[in-house]
Amino acid sequence: MTPMPDPAPADPNTTHPLLQTIGLTKRYGDFLANDKIDLEVVPREIHALLGENGAGKSTLVKTIYGLVQPSAGELRWQGAPIRLSGPAEARSLGIGMVFQHFSLFDNLTVAENVALGLDGKEPLKAITARLADVARDYGLPLDPKREVWQLSVGERQRIEIVRALMQNPKFLILDEPTAVLTPQEADQLFVVLERLKAEGRAILYISHKLDEVKRLCDTATILRGGKKVATCNPKRETAASLARMMVGTEIKEVMPPAERRTTVPRLVVNDLTLAPAELHGVRLQNISFELKGGEILGIAGVAGNGQDELFAALSGERLVKEPGTIILDGLACGNRSITERRKMGAAFVPEERLGHGTAPRMRLSENALLTGHAASAMVRHGFIDAAATLRTVDLTTETFDVRKAKRDPEAASLSGGNLQKFVVGREILRKPAVLVVNQPTWGVDAGAAAIIRQALIDLASAGAAVLVTSQDLDELVEISDRIAVMFHGHLSEPLPRAEATRERLGLLMGGANLDRKEAPHAAGA
Amino acid sequence: MQLVLEKRAERSRTIALVSPLIAIGLTLITMSILFAVLGKNPIMALGVYFIAPLTDGYSLQEIAVKATPLVMIAIGLSLCYLANAWNIGAEGQFLMGAVAGSWIAVNTQGTDAGHWVLPAMLVAGAVAGALYALIPALCRVKFGASEILTSLMLVYVADLVLDYLVRGPWRDPAGFNFPTTAEFDPVATVPVLIEGGRLHLGSIIALVVVAGAFVLLDRTIKGFEIRVVGVAPRAARFGGFNANQLVLLTFAVSGALAGLAGIIEVAGPIGHLQPGISPGYGFTAIIVAFLGRLNPVGILIAGLFLALTFIGGEQAQITMKIPLDVTKVFQGILLFYVLACDSLILYRFKLVFTSRQVQSGAG
Repeated sequence: MTPMPDPAPADPNTTHPLLQTIGLTKRYGDFLANDKIDLEVVPREIHALLGENGAGKSTLVKTIYGLVQPSAGELRWQGAPIRLSGPAEARSLGIGMVFQHFSLFDNLTVAENVALGLDGKEPLKAITARLADVARDYGLPLDPKREVWQLSVGERQRIEIVRALMQNPKFLILDEPTAVLTPQEADQLFVVLERLKAEGRAILYISHKLDEVKRLCDTATILRGGKKVATCNPKRETAASLARMMVGTEIKEVMPPAERRTTVPRLVVNDLTLAPAELHGVRLQNISFELKGGEILGIAGVAGNGQDELFAALSGERLVKEPGTIILDGLACGNRSITERRKMGAAFVPEERLGHGTAPRMRLSENALLTGHAASAMVRHGFIDAAATLRTVDLTTETFDVRKAKRDPEAASLSGGNLQKFVVGREILRKPAVLVVNQPTWGVDAGAAAIIRQALIDLASAGAAVLVTSQDLDELVEISDRIAVMFHGHLSEPLPRAEATRERLGLLMGGANLDRKEAPHAAGA
Repeated sequence: MQLVLEKRAERSRTIALVSPLIAIGLTLITMSILFAVLGKNPIMALGVYFIAPLTDGYSLQEIAVKATPLVMIAIGLSLCYLANAWNIGAEGQFLMGAVAGSWIAVNTQGTDAGHWVLPAMLVAGAVAGALYALIPALCRVKFGASEILTSLMLVYVADLVLDYLVRGPWRDPAGFNFPTTAEFDPVATVPVLIEGGRLHLGSIIALVVVAGAFVLLDRTIKGFEIRVVGVAPRAARFGGFNANQLVLLTFAVSGALAGLAGIIEVAGPIGHLQPGISPGYGFTAIIVAFLGRLNPVGILIAGLFLALTFIGGEQAQITMKIPLDVTKVFQGILLFYVLACDSLILYRFKLVFTSRQVQSGAG
């Protein structure tokens, strides 16, 4: 093993690393999630951990936080080798972590949630007071008495951060913290992180957003396929050079066609209001928009603002009483089932590939049948044409470059990117009139993401209406003709791409002009 | 060195076939120990249980007769279980089918009713079983009541209904006060296949049911719906399949098959309605369904195997004075091992030699 030469660390007078991994390896069966990773983090440093999905970032930080036991290699804390039995031990050393997916109880208050996460036996009253202090000190406003379900995603993240800070960590791990924030909220977070750094703490910052890393981080360690590729100073790199290290090859730029003709409205939503199906779900409020053939409409917004509910209503997984609220190619279908809507030419791609878009433990041919039974020749008189389902698999594989170990494997055995190409490809090959897709490239490698975005653009160019919901603003700006923002179940007026700056979208994502948009709906349709 | 369970990337097809055999092997070992503790020679006991019944024609026919209701009920149950609907009350549906079919037999007794009687009885048995199974299914769909509990509780209701009828209104006046109906007329009896033998038409019906279930699950969209709803409910809804509808459908089908098995048992091998027409077929069929991997062909084989344990158990009681309850112990242990061995389909055992390179440091 030949360790990479490290460029000079950020600050010459902090030569003793706070945390070090030496040849850290984690093996799951035949799969090497982490392969001999060397990492050094010094105090007063924001250290980026860069990599695509599946590069091994999560495994590495889970090992550092004691959630995963390494198969080989060494972990050193302030120079001494350690072996962590669990997160509690990591916390007692001074290692804190803020997860991407929050572990909060919706029906408990902020203070109660924080108390549950602390190891000690401090009374709730003392915790509440301390929580308020920490929150005020760091400019992270939080009301300890509010119940979590009432809070926005940004506020929920604040709870996690404050909870970590209350243990006064020397080393803080943040897993893709800006994934759920508006650009403005992200800026506020960066201020807090700079402050933590100034206090002498070290931060390990996981991300795949290159501009963010360039702006914020002193050092970057780049992982690819479980291996460390390089350690560098991101400020001296370009976004392109960082991306090259992350992906290993040049990424193909998506090519939007010069001009797209828009035709007749193919998906029209009129004043859609729908009560949530679940406790603490989001109520859809007077949503109206019109989507023409040849057009891509992007829907931005922080997760949990009603995107899932809108998808369920548009797809027909949840029915609306008033048929006219959703019109597909001129036909009112609010009360029609998802199968009927597919027969009318609609296609849907949900956010969650495994378990929603596909049955994980079923073969790809069966998963082709899952959505294809309605509107293609896979079923005759109730009998399945197995050859036809296999043909769909082969065609999708060929057209969308789906990599798999055999002709017809189980869905769960594919990597995220390849399964997503299959799930999107399966629908696009049916040449839908309307495609509704939620988070098309979530958790997908850059190569697959480019193929999927290109496919969406090509579909629109062929005359289909495409509705893309995404939390990735860059993606929406890249492919959409117009962009609307969802906030608290409301949908803003769509902005043409030229006017949809990050600032304007960010403000809308934070609910800025909510009050201004109530009036126009009365006149609608 | 430690033994760990490691997740497989895909389900192992080989292990899916082999795991029931491993389970049977482990059960036999456990049973040998049990026989030894009971003071019996394990080799001899196992011989009486599993080999002796296979050596004479009478026992072979008897195995097929016992397997008939087991297979029919288990096929229905497998549809429920695949669709994630837990029908535990097949025993009750079996009894209700027997009661409903017997109603026709009792009421046509001694009349010159023609050959429509037996078909009508079979239809009545199937319909009654289906309706009885729909009670817990509707309670789940409409009110969210656990079908596991309600279907199980309805077994005892059915048991008491049957008991009341044969002790009261339907009791044979010439039956010396025994709680039983009169022997059914020939037109109300399931014909035997071999003159003077015990093998009857029901076994043929069971084979048809197996073939039908195979085609349903493997070739039709309805069978696909049943399988998807069970393994990935959310994906099934996305596919446009209605889980509640499938709960009702699979319960109705499995109730119908159990009811049909019930009336065939009464109108066939037994010949009249009486309490205790089932040695727990409805419950043993649960074991058959799982031992057969919820697969129609597997269920056919598993049904024959468990029928063998019933016959072997009887012989062991006669020749070696081994209590008949040992058969139930055997079936219970078998189910336990079958479910345990299922882990091997998704996981594999692996010996891990931990290196001592990673030294534990002081915190």
